[in-house]
Amino acid sequence: MKKEALAEIEREFKGERADLIPVLQRIQAIYDYLPKEAIRKTARWLKISENEIYGVATFYAQFRFGPRGKHHLKVCLGTACHVNGGEQMLEVLKRRLEINPGETTADGKYDLERVVCLGCCALAPVVTFDDKTYAQMSVLKLQGILDEHKKA
Amino acid sequence: MNTKKLETRREQAAKKWLEFQNNKRPLIYVGTGSCGLAAGAAEIIGAMETYLKNKKLEADIVRVGCIGPCYLEPLVDIRMPGKQRISYSNVTADNVPRLLEAFFEKGEVYKPRLVGHFGAEAIEGVPKFFDHPMLAPQVRIVLRNCGIIDPENLDHYLARDGYQAIEKSLVMPWKEVLETVKNSGLRGRGGAGFPTWRKWLFCRETESAERYLICNADEGDPGAFMNRSLIEGDPHALLEGMLIAAYTLGATKGFIYIRAEYPLAIERLKSAIAKIRDLDLLGEHILGSDFSFDIKIKEGAGAFVCGEETALMASIEGKRGMPRTRPPFPAVSGLWGKPTVINNVETLGTLPNILRNGAIWYAQYGTESSKGTKTFSLVGKVRRTGLIEVPLGTSLRRVIFDIGGGLVKEFKAVQTGGPSGGCLGKEFLDTPIDYENLAAAGSIMGSGGLIVIDKDTCIVDTAKYFLSFTQAESCGKCVPCRVGTRHLVDILQKICKGKGEITDIHKLEKLGSAIKGASLCGLGQSAPNPVLTSLKYFREEFLAHIMNKRCPAAVCRDLVVYRIIKEKCTGCQRCVQVCPTGAITGPRSEIHNLDETKCIKCRSCYEICRFDAIAGDAIIIES
Repeated sequence: MKKEALAEIEREFKGERADLIPVLQRIQAIYDYLPKEAIRKTARWLKISENEIYGVATFYAQFRFGPRGKHHLKVCLGTACHVNGGEQMLEVLKRRLEINPGETTADGKYDLERVVCLGCCALAPVVTFDDKTYAQMSVLKLQGILDEHKKA
Repeated sequence: MNTKKLETRREQAAKKWLEFQNNKRPLIYVGTGSCGLAAGAAEIIGAMETYLKNKKLEADIVRVGCIGPCYLEPLVDIRMPGKQRISYSNVTADNVPRLLEAFFEKGEVYKPRLVGHFGAEAIEGVPKFFDHPMLAPQVRIVLRNCGIIDPENLDHYLARDGYQAIEKSLVMPWKEVLETVKNSGLRGRGGAGFPTWRKWLFCRETESAERYLICNADEGDPGAFMNRSLIEGDPHALLEGMLIAAYTLGATKGFIYIRAEYPLAIERLKSAIAKIRDLDLLGEHILGSDFSFDIKIKEGAGAFVCGEETALMASIEGKRGMPRTRPPFPAVSGLWGKPTVINNVETLGTLPNILRNGAIWYAQYGTESSKGTKTFSLVGKVRRTGLIEVPLGTSLRRVIFDIGGGLVKEFKAVQTGGPSGGCLGKEFLDTPIDYENLAAAGSIMGSGGLIVIDKDTCIVDTAKYFLSFTQAESCGKCVPCRVGTRHLVDILQKICKGKGEITDIHKLEKLGSAIKGASLCGLGQSAPNPVLTSLKYFREEFLAHIMNKRCPAAVCRDLVVYRIIKEKCTGCQRCVQVCPTGAITGPRSEIHNLDETKCIKCRSCYEICRFDAIAGDAIIIES
């Protein structure tokens, strides 16, 4: 637990109820997920029960409760991506990485997420690999990207 | 009022804009909205910087927002000193040296990938950019600055009449501003189309020491990106609109509730807010008047239901984003129990134009009941995809076939209104797009997603897709939505697997109408629309799945097979190499064999057979 990180967050906010979600977002920005310890401390600081914080945090898709893989793969399944074959892209990744969306590979290298619309609908179907967005994907293009990354 | 600071800055801005227009150094514009970046704009900028450095050339690179035709991204424009701005499409890092060489070293206009030029003067052999078939039929009011100005540069916005509308509004009584908005006929652009002025009046007439204004930028509809493009391309238009609305409402505090998935839009808003604070356009006593207002950005945390007004407010208050019953309406009792108005990004972004040019000017566009223009994200199986703005009342045919350039394959339907809307077929192509017509057809205007579907898209699968989406996003508070959508998905899944029964159709209709009638909020009340409209207009496709166990579009995986057409197979072995399960076998130069029991329908063989030069387009997917 990075003590100073939480102290810094405490300085940034007034400590009101309305700060809960932004605070959780800041914690996740630091740790990449919401550690139990951080939630416990937030509960004490904001005077909201841990139960209630979990209630709020689990409601929103953004929050994670455990560490992710080293590389993040996201398959967009917005409407435009869906009609242009996004589902097939997800199948490729599920098969190649042997994980389901929301999971991390056993070696901790990749995690896979399905997202609904990244807003690049005109370039569907879209897959993102870490910060890079790949437009107009096909099953073969995607496999090529995976092969290249595995080699590197 | 004290507008001295603003006036001084405005004079400077005009000068800077003039300098920008009469550039002494070559200017290179690169479209760097999220879509441009996805298409590779960052790599292009890198390649340009390298080229300029190696050749010791000087030029300024301007990062502009999305100008609309996303299918042409990445778009790169070049303006040499004393010349006009010329635009190129689908540029790649490899093209950069040749493109720059033509302009910088040979002093000529590069011809490949040429789209057109901006500006009035004709250039031989170069068409006008706005004569492009995708752009010519459009009327750009809210998008007027997108792709034209540098969104990070306040001077650009100021030089194009920016913040004139708020200056004008502040010397008018609030009732007069309200009257102008009323006469303009502006209705909520978030989807429901409630008259903007009426919402404002409800709020203003509620006695309270504090009132709030919320900008709903939680653009959750999959397939819609109008709000993102506007914020990324012209953030000040939204901020100015918020100032006008807040002044009319007497609101002291404003929130922009924006999706965390839009990092670039958030960044641009933050920087724009900081800039106008310095000009006394935000904070205490704006421009020396009695009006004080401040804006805070609230990032959404990924919940579609938070696009619903009451859920959105719960989220801002730090709670689970669950809707509550209305009344009381937010205009009477909203955020922290105070009167609150929630307006969509586009509604707010339109306001400066209305105040600047007048209600009559705005009302000249549109139909009797739906005035003005509307932006749409035109995507799916249409040739020219992108962001467009047209007067309300424009027909779907004009949008899809004239602006969108039609489809490669046969048109089947257009999906409007996202997960709350429906699929409309051929018979609606000549229907003018407005709030009433779309509602009468069983769909809704929604926030502006138009997804074009061709004969290769399965209607049942599309309905299943939307229902799975709303089912997953249902907050779980009320039973009809939580349980009802789950059952709709189960039935649709059954049909897609070829296990549907004829009684399922009746079940879908009965359950759908029950969910519509009994759900608590807009999410549940509109969730069955995709399946109900599809059943109404495309019933035979449901019947094909149920009675014949066939998917006419060859999409539903349990109902299709992959097959090799013997006459076309060249025996190139490309499919054998890519097949992950060893389902395809056969020696080189002999007809290959596909073992259906091993095939997982992953599409690899189909793709390679179609796109590889030596393959013969021999693999088909059929039902």
